[in-house]
Amino acid sequence: MPIALERATRVIGILMHSFKEYIGLMELHGDVDVDRVLNVMRMFIGKIYQRPPLRSSVKRSLRVKEIYSIDVLESEGREILFRVKCESGTYIRKLCHDVGLLVGVGAHMRELRRVAVAHLREDLFISTMHEVSEALYLWRKYGDDSLLRNVVVPGEFIVAHLPKVMVKDSAVDAIAHGAQLAVPGIAIFSNNIVKDCKVAIMSLKGELVAIGKAVMDSEEIERSEKGIAVEIERVVMEPNIYPRMWKRKQTR
Amino acid sequence: MVLNLKECGLEFIKRLDSVANITSEYIVKSDEDTDDKYGYIPFKRPIDTYIKYGLIVLDKPPGPTSHEVVAWIKKMFNINRAGHGGTLEPKSF
Repeated sequence: MPIALERATRVIGILMHSFKEYIGLMELHGDVDVDRVLNVMRMFIGKIYQRPPLRSSVKRSLRVKEIYSIDVLESEGREILFRVKCESGTYIRKLCHDVGLLVGVGAHMRELRRVAVAHLREDLFISTMHEVSEALYLWRKYGDDSLLRNVVVPGEFIVAHLPKVMVKDSAVDAIAHGAQLAVPGIAIFSNNIVKDCKVAIMSLKGELVAIGKAVMDSEEIERSEKGIAVEIERVVMEPNIYPRMWKRKQTR
Repeated sequence: MVLNLKECGLEFIKRLDSVANITSEYIVKSDEDTDDKYGYIPFKRPIDTYIKYGLIVLDKPPGPTSHEVVAWIKKMFNINRAGHGGTLEPKSF
C-alpha cells in the first residue's frame, strides 16, 4: 500500500488510477474440476461489467473495468489461489462472486493481498507497520536514521514510470512558482515523450520538481530553441529551495 | 570513479527508470551543471526533507481501512498530510 508523505502527496493521485495486481484466495461452494474453473476465469480477461458491492465507498453504478491477466497458482479442494492484474477500481470480491455464478456452484473471495500498484511491487521494497514504528523509535531515541531511510523511500519513485525532463537550476524555482516549462529551461530529456503525455520534471540532481503535460514531443524539443514544452499541472517542490533566477520585467 | 553531482542525478533517474521497467534514452540539450549550494540528490536529503518528500510502500495489516492506516502514519510521523495510492478493503493485506 503506497503512502505518500507531505509534499509527495501531491502526486499520489497518479498511483490511485494505475493498474493493480493481486493474489487472491477464492472458495467455491461446490466441487468443480480446476480446469473448468480456469477456463471460466479466463473468460473474464478483457473488459468486464461490474457494479460495486453494497459495502463500498463509491457510487454503485454499472462500470466497465479491464482485467489484464488471470492465472490460477494453486488449487486444493474448493480453494483456488489466483493472481490477477487489473484496472484500478476493479472489485476482486465481485470477480470471485461472478466466477462462481458462471461455474455454477457459486464462490466467494476468502483472502486478498495486493502485490503491486503500477510499478511498485511488494518484492521491490515493502515495510511493515512494525518496521516503521521501530525505525521512528531508533531515530527519535538514538538519533539513528538508518532504518528510517530504508522504510521511507524518495517520493520520486511514485513517478518512476513517467517520461522525464531534467531542467537547469535556473528553471527550477520559476517552475516551483508556477511558470510553464519552456525549451531554454531544459537540460536533458527522454526520447519517449509524446504530445499530451504526462511528464515528470526533475532537477539535475534527480529531485521531482513538478508533473506536467507535454505540449511538444521529444523530436520537437530537440529541434526547438524556444516555446513552451511542458504545461505544468502539479508542482511538488517547494519554492525558494533553488534560488530565484528568473528574469523580472524591468521598466526602463 | 567519482561521479559529479549531475552524474549522480542522472544515475538516480536511471534507477527510477529501471524500477519501472522503462528503457529511455536521454538527449542532452545543455551541458550546464547543477550547483551543490542548493537542493539534494533524493537519497541524500537531510532526514526532515527526506520525510517531507517521502514514500512508504507499506505492508498493510488486515483489519483497518486504508484511511485508518494513513491516519496512523500521519500520527506516527507527526505530519499533517499523507495519502495512499488506492483503497484496499479492511480485511485485505
